[in-house]
Amino acid sequence: MRTLTILGLESSCDDTAAAVLRQTGDARPEILSSVVMGQNDLHAAFGGVVPEIAARAHAERLDGCVIKALDQAGLSLREIDAVAVTAGPGLIGGVISGVMCAKGIALGAGLPLVGVNHLAGHALTPRLTDGAAYPYLMLLVSGGHCQFLIVRGADDFTRLGGTIDDAPGEAFDKTARLLGLPQPGGPSVELQAKQGDPARFRFPRPLLDRPGCDMSFSGLKTALLRARDGLIAEQGGLTRADRADLCAGFQAAMRDVLAEKTRRALALYRAEAPAQPMLAVAGGVAANLAIRGALETVCAEQGIGFTAPPLALCTDNAAMIAYAGLERFRSGHVDDMTLAARPRWPLDRGSPPLLGSGKKGAKA
Amino acid sequence: MSLPRVHHLTLPDPKQTAGFAVRLGACLQPGDVLLLEGPIGAGKTHFARALIQSLLAQPEDVPSPTFTLVQIYDGPDCEIWHSDLYRLGHPDEVAELGLIDAFDTAICLVEWPDRLGVLAPEQALHLSFEPGATDDARRLTLRWTDPRWTDLITELAP
Repeated sequence: MRTLTILGLESSCDDTAAAVLRQTGDARPEILSSVVMGQNDLHAAFGGVVPEIAARAHAERLDGCVIKALDQAGLSLREIDAVAVTAGPGLIGGVISGVMCAKGIALGAGLPLVGVNHLAGHALTPRLTDGAAYPYLMLLVSGGHCQFLIVRGADDFTRLGGTIDDAPGEAFDKTARLLGLPQPGGPSVELQAKQGDPARFRFPRPLLDRPGCDMSFSGLKTALLRARDGLIAEQGGLTRADRADLCAGFQAAMRDVLAEKTRRALALYRAEAPAQPMLAVAGGVAANLAIRGALETVCAEQGIGFTAPPLALCTDNAAMIAYAGLERFRSGHVDDMTLAARPRWPLDRGSPPLLGSGKKGAKA
Repeated sequence: MSLPRVHHLTLPDPKQTAGFAVRLGACLQPGDVLLLEGPIGAGKTHFARALIQSLLAQPEDVPSPTFTLVQIYDGPDCEIWHSDLYRLGHPDEVAELGLIDAFDTAICLVEWPDRLGVLAPEQALHLSFEPGATDDARRLTLRWTDPRWTDLITELAP
């Protein structure tokens, strides 16, 4: 196989990123550089993650990111084989900035252009980091996403289920907001949970009583809110122990739901008799040790491989976009100058949507 | 500016909340803006999801917009914009999202609309969600000044 060097661009969310990736023959691809410019330092000052929504800001930072990524890789555009860019889904201003920048580079340097689905970037990361063989089961679990996917190819995904309301990362952030803990909520709730008693508050495990892989976390947040308000009404405030116990109870419920739904998703996946069965968990929530431990246990019970790519490659980055672009490019896919930014772009158009409120409506 | 009209509703459970959302959704037209107020867990997104899904020809996910800030759907006559402004730092960012234009051309559902400041459109219907008498119940307060809403609310929520 021909050696390929891909420049990747990502600007669909809060961060702006560029990366250079090289695959020599069919060896494991090598990340030559991965630059992410974000606003992480500012996040803690606010009640949420402060987004960089301005298309202009992405546009201004993209050039710098590309130059830095090429510099760190020690390459010039002449040594790049193709430009891969996130073409959606995401905030449209940011996506357009990235697509325009990629088109400019492709046109100026005479390089092929490859549009990439941002979620495909996340879903293919286990191939970049662990050489995962198709088909593998993917649990994408982050601030904005929660879905089980069978990944069969760079363009071939089957969604088994997902959250019908809030994503787990969002539930962690909102729990932190409700309990006056710092953002982002994942690490601060986990820290409290370590000191708490998970048995004191028995929070609901939504949708565990129903078949399938769909999940719901909005009710868990509401249950936590009620428990908090009950304690405040009773005793005039929350003690440190209360707060730790609430976090522990919340995390235990989240862990149990994710573990049980993973068990069900694995059953569906194993029915396909994959040659090298593997569960890959990607997203910020995979950094939670309690949740990760539970998922590892489920896999160990069933003799299935487990991987969770390193956090730097689970949060938004351009190396995953370059990798997804590399796979698409190898399979012969090239976009032209009509490549459009898409605010919505589900990975799997074939599966029924998640309708919310636990209801299934008429199927299209 | 005329004084705001106010109407109170009691919604005993999530199903009734969704039912009201669907009935209101059926009456909406391009340029209608619903400002959904209330604390975390008050049911803003639940209401928005029921309303949006009732207007979609093809069933589609309606995820929480907390992380994405805006989710846009194709409604029967115009786009439907579902946004959550909680993460915004400054009202200027509302313009960056394209919401100001959407207020004129789309059906807009806005969570955490206090972030709009003076940019909140005058014709908007304010829906304020609060916990009710039971765990599942919600009290909903509707406020508006635009006469467009007066007959509509009287009919939908007598």
